[in-house]
Amino acid sequence: TLRLICTTMAVQQKNVGAAGPEKYTEAFIKKQIEEFNLGKRHLANMMGEDPETFTQEDIDRAIAYLFPSGLFDKQARPMMKHPTEIFPEQRKIQWGEDGRPFHFLFYTGKQSYYSLMHETYEKLLNVQKHQDQLTVQDLPLQKEKRNLAGSRWLTKIELEEMLLEKLSDDDYSRFIQLLQKLVALPCADIEKEYIQKFSKEVPAQLQKVVIEPLQYDERGVAFSTGEGKRKTARATAVVYDNGSGKITVNGIDILHYFPVLQDREQLLFPFQFLGRIGKHDMVCTVSGGGRSAQAGAIRLASAKALRSFVTEKEVEFMRQAGLLTVDPRVKERKKPGQEGPRRKFTWKKR
Amino acid sequence: ENKLLTEPLSHPDFFSVKELFTLKDLFDARVHLGHKKGCRHRFMEPYIFGCRLDQDIIDLDQTMQHLQLALNFTAHVAYRGGIILFVSRKRQFCHLIESTARACGEYAHTRYWQGGLLTNANIQLGHGVRLPDLLIFLSTLNNVFEPHVAIRDAAKMSIPTVGVVDTNCNPCLITYPIPGNDDSPTAMELYCKLFRMTIIRAKDKRRQSEAIEELR
Repeated sequence: TLRLICTTMAVQQKNVGAAGPEKYTEAFIKKQIEEFNLGKRHLANMMGEDPETFTQEDIDRAIAYLFPSGLFDKQARPMMKHPTEIFPEQRKIQWGEDGRPFHFLFYTGKQSYYSLMHETYEKLLNVQKHQDQLTVQDLPLQKEKRNLAGSRWLTKIELEEMLLEKLSDDDYSRFIQLLQKLVALPCADIEKEYIQKFSKEVPAQLQKVVIEPLQYDERGVAFSTGEGKRKTARATAVVYDNGSGKITVNGIDILHYFPVLQDREQLLFPFQFLGRIGKHDMVCTVSGGGRSAQAGAIRLASAKALRSFVTEKEVEFMRQAGLLTVDPRVKERKKPGQEGPRRKFTWKKR
Repeated sequence: ENKLLTEPLSHPDFFSVKELFTLKDLFDARVHLGHKKGCRHRFMEPYIFGCRLDQDIIDLDQTMQHLQLALNFTAHVAYRGGIILFVSRKRQFCHLIESTARACGEYAHTRYWQGGLLTNANIQLGHGVRLPDLLIFLSTLNNVFEPHVAIRDAAKMSIPTVGVVDTNCNPCLITYPIPGNDDSPTAMELYCKLFRMTIIRAKDKRRQSEAIEELR
């Protein structure tokens, strides 16, 4: 006997989410661009401005005015941009009406990557042929020296964007190895433009600290200023030349301001390191922090001020001694569930 | 249009493929040289002429016949606008084969073969792809000296194959095997030249016939 089995529509429906990312047809993108231009003109009319000379910045300002939003994330706010910026670039259909694909490497799966490898290998063979011709004619191979530092190859993500295709790490490393092989040949200057497509300039990151020149006050005595900090203390020091080793802090002599020997040693350390103990006068102001923190802050400030009086080699020695580095140690915060920053509550077995 | 398609089938050698090569050309390109006796495959024994100093020599008379049949078949496929895919896994000749394919206006695949390319084409290559109508193997083995996966896949998808089989290859599943050397550069250049000339000839003939039909 046959049984009638009833099922719901839910069982027969296809899984909607399994289609993958949306594919936009060219007609769809064209329609979006037309709608965007129409909308731009309407917006210009609404704002009372000329529709012909309405730029993207004007659009952004108009939208921010008409649809104010208090959301923190800028990308969550209402925006009106050209469709090419919103919809990512996608591959159109790869074959014509008769079914024949356009690209000759279509059946490999990764056509742009393999065609790139093919082209690069062709350039390599070209360079080798040129080299052979030059050796036959007994001409010298390399003409000028190339600047090797200051450029880097494209990253994997940048290459993926260029090819509109996913790459694996292995593929990427193979491509970079091929490029390096090409660059290593003596006559690679012929294909310089091709290589430049895949290399980027690295901006020089040398941030040299500028040492200020000496200033001169009314009496003609050279002086220089420096600032320093330690924990919560902030200090400024003015170091005068042709002095006798007097140091004043907030208008008070150091013997009265810092009764403890350790703090006074900290103050004198930069002068002792450079061997200029009795030669400089110092006037400093300090606020915040405690006894030790103020001493450390003044030490850093005086070291920075002394850089102007001293040669570059000695500045390097000071830097290596740690006189010019800001001490990053600050009080660590207390965490919940613990008694202090590290100390936990007493553990009780029961 | 029916006449265009049926007319070439009535002649045994419509595209005069025999004129493209001679026995001497094959000999000069070292097509007759095989691998050593130890590498010999059992099914290649009928195609081997003999063995000298442990190296197998392929029978060039049989090669001539097989090559003529294969070139004739590719010419017919190209005449009817079929998609031809050149396959090889030899790294030395990858660039040569890709350039040959580009020159003919056909397709090449000399890179790592992903498993479901022919059998799972609708998902891997896009929906509604047209599969190749002919596979030409310029080297039947892959980099691990095993038969190329595409031979078995083409047999599964009923796609005819033409392949250059060396003395260590298995000629079983290939529809038009061509016993010959697949390791020398001269031999590969000869094969590429022959295939390129046949395909271009066939396409030109097709264009001429269509032009003549339109004039009537």
